[in-house]
Amino acid sequence: MKRRDFILKGIGAGVAAGAAFSMTGYNRVFGQATSNPPSEGYDLVAVRGGQPGPMFDRAIQSLGGMSKFVKDGQKVVVKPNIGWDTVPERAANTNPELIGRIVKHCLDAGAKEVYVFDNTCDEWTKCYKNSGIEQAAKDAGAKIAPGNTENYYVQVDIPGAKSLTQAKVHELILDSDVFINVPVLKNHGSAKMSIAMKNLMGVVWDRRYWHRNDLHQCIADYCLFHKKPQLNVVDAYRVMMRNGPRGVSVEDVVRMDSLLVSQDIVAVDAAATKLWGDEPENIPYIRIAEEMDLGTMDLASLNIDRIKM
Amino acid sequence: MRFYRALKWIRVVVALVFFLALGILFVDVTGIFRPWMYDMFTYLQFTPSILKFINLTTLAAAGFAFVLLLTLLFGRIYCSSICPLGTFQDVLIRLEKKFKIRKRFTYIRTYNWLRFILLGAGILVLVLGSAVVFSWLDPFGNFGKMTTAFARPVLIGLNNIGALILKQFDSYALYHISYKTFNLWPFVFALIVLITLILMTWHRGRLFCNTLCPVGTLLGLVSRFSVFRIKIKESECNSCWRCAFDCKAGCIQAEEKRVDMTRCVGCMNCMTACPKSGIGYKFAWKKNKSQELPETTGTDTGKRKFILNTLLFTLGMRGLLNAQEKIVPTKKTTIPEEKSQTVFPPGGKNIEHFNRFCTACHLCVSACPTQVLQPSFLQYGINGMFQPYLDYHKSFCNYECTKCLDVCPNGALLALPLEEKKLNQLGQVNFIKDNCIVETEGTDCGACSEHCPTKAVYMVPYNGLYLPEINQDICVGCGACEYACPTEPYKAIYVDGNALHHKAKKPEGEKMESPLEEDEFPF
Repeated sequence: MKRRDFILKGIGAGVAAGAAFSMTGYNRVFGQATSNPPSEGYDLVAVRGGQPGPMFDRAIQSLGGMSKFVKDGQKVVVKPNIGWDTVPERAANTNPELIGRIVKHCLDAGAKEVYVFDNTCDEWTKCYKNSGIEQAAKDAGAKIAPGNTENYYVQVDIPGAKSLTQAKVHELILDSDVFINVPVLKNHGSAKMSIAMKNLMGVVWDRRYWHRNDLHQCIADYCLFHKKPQLNVVDAYRVMMRNGPRGVSVEDVVRMDSLLVSQDIVAVDAAATKLWGDEPENIPYIRIAEEMDLGTMDLASLNIDRIKM
Repeated sequence: MRFYRALKWIRVVVALVFFLALGILFVDVTGIFRPWMYDMFTYLQFTPSILKFINLTTLAAAGFAFVLLLTLLFGRIYCSSICPLGTFQDVLIRLEKKFKIRKRFTYIRTYNWLRFILLGAGILVLVLGSAVVFSWLDPFGNFGKMTTAFARPVLIGLNNIGALILKQFDSYALYHISYKTFNLWPFVFALIVLITLILMTWHRGRLFCNTLCPVGTLLGLVSRFSVFRIKIKESECNSCWRCAFDCKAGCIQAEEKRVDMTRCVGCMNCMTACPKSGIGYKFAWKKNKSQELPETTGTDTGKRKFILNTLLFTLGMRGLLNAQEKIVPTKKTTIPEEKSQTVFPPGGKNIEHFNRFCTACHLCVSACPTQVLQPSFLQYGINGMFQPYLDYHKSFCNYECTKCLDVCPNGALLALPLEEKKLNQLGQVNFIKDNCIVETEGTDCGACSEHCPTKAVYMVPYNGLYLPEINQDICVGCGACEYACPTEPYKAIYVDGNALHHKAKKPEGEKMESPLEEDEFPF
């Protein structure tokens, strides 16, 4: 019963995601033709100068509201980065206020239920608690789900992958109708940058496999999996500039007061990399992902809504 | 009679409160209990309290003095109310009665030579630097070992079944917990303790408390002088022997109407059994000497023998004490990790202190949120048998956590403020380049550096890739790098324990600045 559900939903989501992607392609072509925002909407929204919640309000409004992504009665999963047992000021995890606001938008759009989870690096109950995300998500009406043991993960194939041909993916990713990826922008010792694509490493069980088998290729490979995030929201309110992904102290963190939103996971990673002060070409997995046609890092070709608050 | 019934009822309630509370603390799998709750129920536990007191010399650790005072007043009522292992034996005895395995108790002769040898050996070995005898015999420690070994996995199993059922209804109210603390030999030892207790209670009631238990022996010495002692009123006694038949300690010699207070565990069965209220507490400090137990007087030769035996026993032990075992890897791979010192928990100060004061009750093993704390076998040698150690192949020490230090009832782990614990160096990181993925596979990895909380492990350019480099000065030895390292079976990066916990240097760094102008969009 469960498996059948999963397959049916999987096919549905695959079609939806495929449709979303062809839309992005269309927009890109359209965007080159005109400097004004097309009626179909923007490819990417960048907001600067506000608080996490209000910045998201503006961004999602620019994309036509959350109801474009979340329909009545749907099950939504919001996946922040909750990897570390650190406080929000350390910026190792996604901003809790942002998570709360996204959850609220989903429920206002008619979501039946919203789940929040991550496969953490530090002990998970401490991460959920000290990141402030558990409280913020619950206050906004979301349900907190664990990702701490292997039996929450289901083995899937990733057709077309070079290194990561199989992975164990969290059941909520497979079961939900809408998947919203909410990474925090930060420096990363091994992947160089941790943004949207890297954040998906937290929906799978065996991360050691990625580390053993060409990390950059695996990060790009996972983006081939059919359950793609419908929305990528990059938290760049506080940004860890060194010692990532965990960070050592608040000295590693700067305020950027920024937020990026896009359906194109490669584009949003490219834009965030530039925000951080690097070039997307320097990040191997972004380059690989573009070569694999998972999105574009050519930001000039996109319709970007730049909002100052 | 009614008075004694009420007294016994109070005794049973207190016993159940301690038994259940400690039982729950030992099986807590959710980490909801605060440190003060641990303190509250371990405060009066005799061995932990006395060890903690030796370390801290504060009233906050003076629970044992209260117990001594209680014993000096009423005899060993500690053994039937506060001691969880005593209550556990009472539960076994009740079960044995229920299943009609036994009908009644009888007087048991004393095994004083054994009791005093074990107590003396315990104290001597402790003075020599190891709590190992207490770790084998101490009632609180053994209660902890058994609860951790049997009750905890059962509870985790039930929790996981519950989580599985709830999941069918789309609820994550219960979550799955993995059980990482199974270790064969500590488990076998707990099993031996359990079987011993079942056999002993079956044949002779509270025999454990009057032969093997060092706390029972010590309190017995005190209760010989208690203010109130249990006596048989000769005028009332009609020699029905019901008191003796109901005596779990087997310390009532009904024929001679004598009660051996050194072995009486204060269960108050005799008082409620006697139809004529002919046995009960009597003020005993004004009695003449002839009423004292003949058995316990004039034991000079016994004492001398006991001291000699203790010395011999201790000398025998001494040879085994320093057998510091190395961790010998069992599987074959390129380069094994070379660990000279097993990593012991934070707050343990130095290996001598830790080995001396830990009675292996495993409360920290139960409480550890990452389950990095494991019961050892011979990792510390004989002198640290069953004491907890940190196994970085199973987990790592959470940087922002002081749970084990907070719960340790013995003072084997001395409390540190979180900021100090974060600089407490358990060991130092070592890197084996020839085991590292970057070298062997030629791909980037960096898992070790990612997990490092102080960046004692950091990545440097190497053949177009990034290779870990280490800075032992700021390493705290938490083992996050070793745990995260994906190589098998040996790790490319590992922590070798410090015999003395150093203070690590604080990681330093200038405040970073944003590369962006205000309101700039770099795309």
